[in-house]
Amino acid sequence: MTAVARVYRWELAKLLAQKRTYLGLGAAAIVPVIFVVVLVLQSGGPNDVPLGRYIRDTGLAVPFVVLFFMSIWGLPLITALVAGDIVASETQNGTLKTILTRSRERGEVFAGKVLATATYTLALVFALGVVGLVAGSIAWGFHPLTSLSGTQVAAGHGLLLLLASLVIYALPLAGIAAFAFLLSTVTRNSAASVVGALMWALFMQLLGVLPGTEGIRPYLLATQFEAWHGFLRVPADWAPVVRALWVCALYIGIPLAAAYVVFLRRDVAGE
Amino acid sequence: MNDAPPVETRGLVKRYGELVAVDHVDLHVERGDVFGYLGPNGAGKTTSLRILLGLIRPTEGAARLFGRDPLIAGAKALEGVAGFVEAPRFYPYLSGRRNLSLLADYDEPSSRSRIEEVLELVELRDRAKDRVGGYSHGMRQRLGIAASLLRQPRLLLLDEPTTGLDPAGMRDMRDLVRRLAGEGITILLSSHLLYEVEELCNRVAIIRKGRIVYQGALRALLETAASGYRLRAREPERARAVALNQAGVADLRLDGGELRFSADEDAVAALTVALGQARIPFTALVPETASLEELFLGMTDGESSDHDRPAAVAV
Repeated sequence: MTAVARVYRWELAKLLAQKRTYLGLGAAAIVPVIFVVVLVLQSGGPNDVPLGRYIRDTGLAVPFVVLFFMSIWGLPLITALVAGDIVASETQNGTLKTILTRSRERGEVFAGKVLATATYTLALVFALGVVGLVAGSIAWGFHPLTSLSGTQVAAGHGLLLLLASLVIYALPLAGIAAFAFLLSTVTRNSAASVVGALMWALFMQLLGVLPGTEGIRPYLLATQFEAWHGFLRVPADWAPVVRALWVCALYIGIPLAAAYVVFLRRDVAGE
Repeated sequence: MNDAPPVETRGLVKRYGELVAVDHVDLHVERGDVFGYLGPNGAGKTTSLRILLGLIRPTEGAARLFGRDPLIAGAKALEGVAGFVEAPRFYPYLSGRRNLSLLADYDEPSSRSRIEEVLELVELRDRAKDRVGGYSHGMRQRLGIAASLLRQPRLLLLDEPTTGLDPAGMRDMRDLVRRLAGEGITILLSSHLLYEVEELCNRVAIIRKGRIVYQGALRALLETAASGYRLRAREPERARAVALNQAGVADLRLDGGELRFSADEDAVAALTVALGQARIPFTALVPETASLEELFLGMTDGESSDHDRPAAVAV
């Protein structure tokens, strides 16, 4: 195992030993269940959102609808909960100095932490997706899905589309995680980083709904949460997907590059 | 490379805005030294150690461990070096043993095989499966030593290792340091306790307000601190008269019913005989060691204050 892989493994082990990880994953898993239970008990539904009208047709529609609602602040919050903590908590506990006086270069420690944060972010999206699919299928069965173009998509193919959608959806979330990671490195304060990253996500949402921002809207982070719509069209519309790829690369890459520079050079003092 | 001294710093400066925490520090630790880095709290000891461990960047100057600068060589500069600054810190939600296996993996996984051995050495094996969150300060301190020894260091940097320990813990820690030094590990130990350094170290550097005011052999340092004696006799005036006629007794004065003087050991021995012959009983004859603060005064004000310094506190 390479050095980075060992650091990564321990970063995961640290996450798995902390309550906030389970708080985040638990929230991601419980929301679709609550969502399904409420819709089973109540009539009416989220008819205004993509695929909302078909939610009682098949369990396949449930994850997509929940993804929409969770993109506003739910997932950004629980992503930041861990990403904003992962460097700051080690500064506050003084354990950063402990691991930085071993044989690993700072860059290796940084890489391990970034990979662990990415893993957590992906795990959130998949926890939400899988639980939503299972809960929805229990309630309404696993049936063909109606695409955004109005055509029927076989259940098996719908599953593939869901998988692709979860992956592309994780990218803007990773953008928020990267911003939280930067704050975590710079502020050395866990709470400030979580709140700061959430404000960043909400600011992106706000920019998107203000009048006069149509020109920049396609390049806002919040817009990329809708990139999966491209997969759900027949034929598939690759434009939003491709745009999400490079736009998110910037939203992820720039904060991470800044965090890297700070992490490599910063003084590890205080407790 | 191999002949390079374990620690060498040149003109080390660390500024925080206006504050100069470390002011042109030149440290030189030789192989096999148990080097005492002595100074009051806030003098710059910890800051110097942080620079040595590569945790902070010096504003000016350079630090080298076995010839390698942590600023340039990164973690490779710490090869053969281990230690901690301030209290050692661990993951409170992991057990002691798991903390050590984590740290072993941050080195080379092969050092995992030494975990039980180092736990045994610091007498933590019984508690190794418990979370560090429930450890006492002394146990964490010992775990810090264990974590350092996992690296099989040739140089150990210890920042006030006995601070906050109870008397038994302090004694155990000093025994451990002595034992490690006996195994040939070079040790740089910071402390604000003169007697601790006296007990353990062969060479010292004294830092005051970021500046090194003395560096060299401990013996030479103690000679610069004029030592005196305190005598409590039943009849102080008569005792004074006897002492006045005693060769080798100097700086004699009566202070609150006690005699104070300076003398070498032979003169003191002769004085006790003279007091006995004169049938003057005495209840205490105590050698006085200068306190660290007085040493500092001596360092900074020259030798002038020796005569009229305040009552020495034996440390």
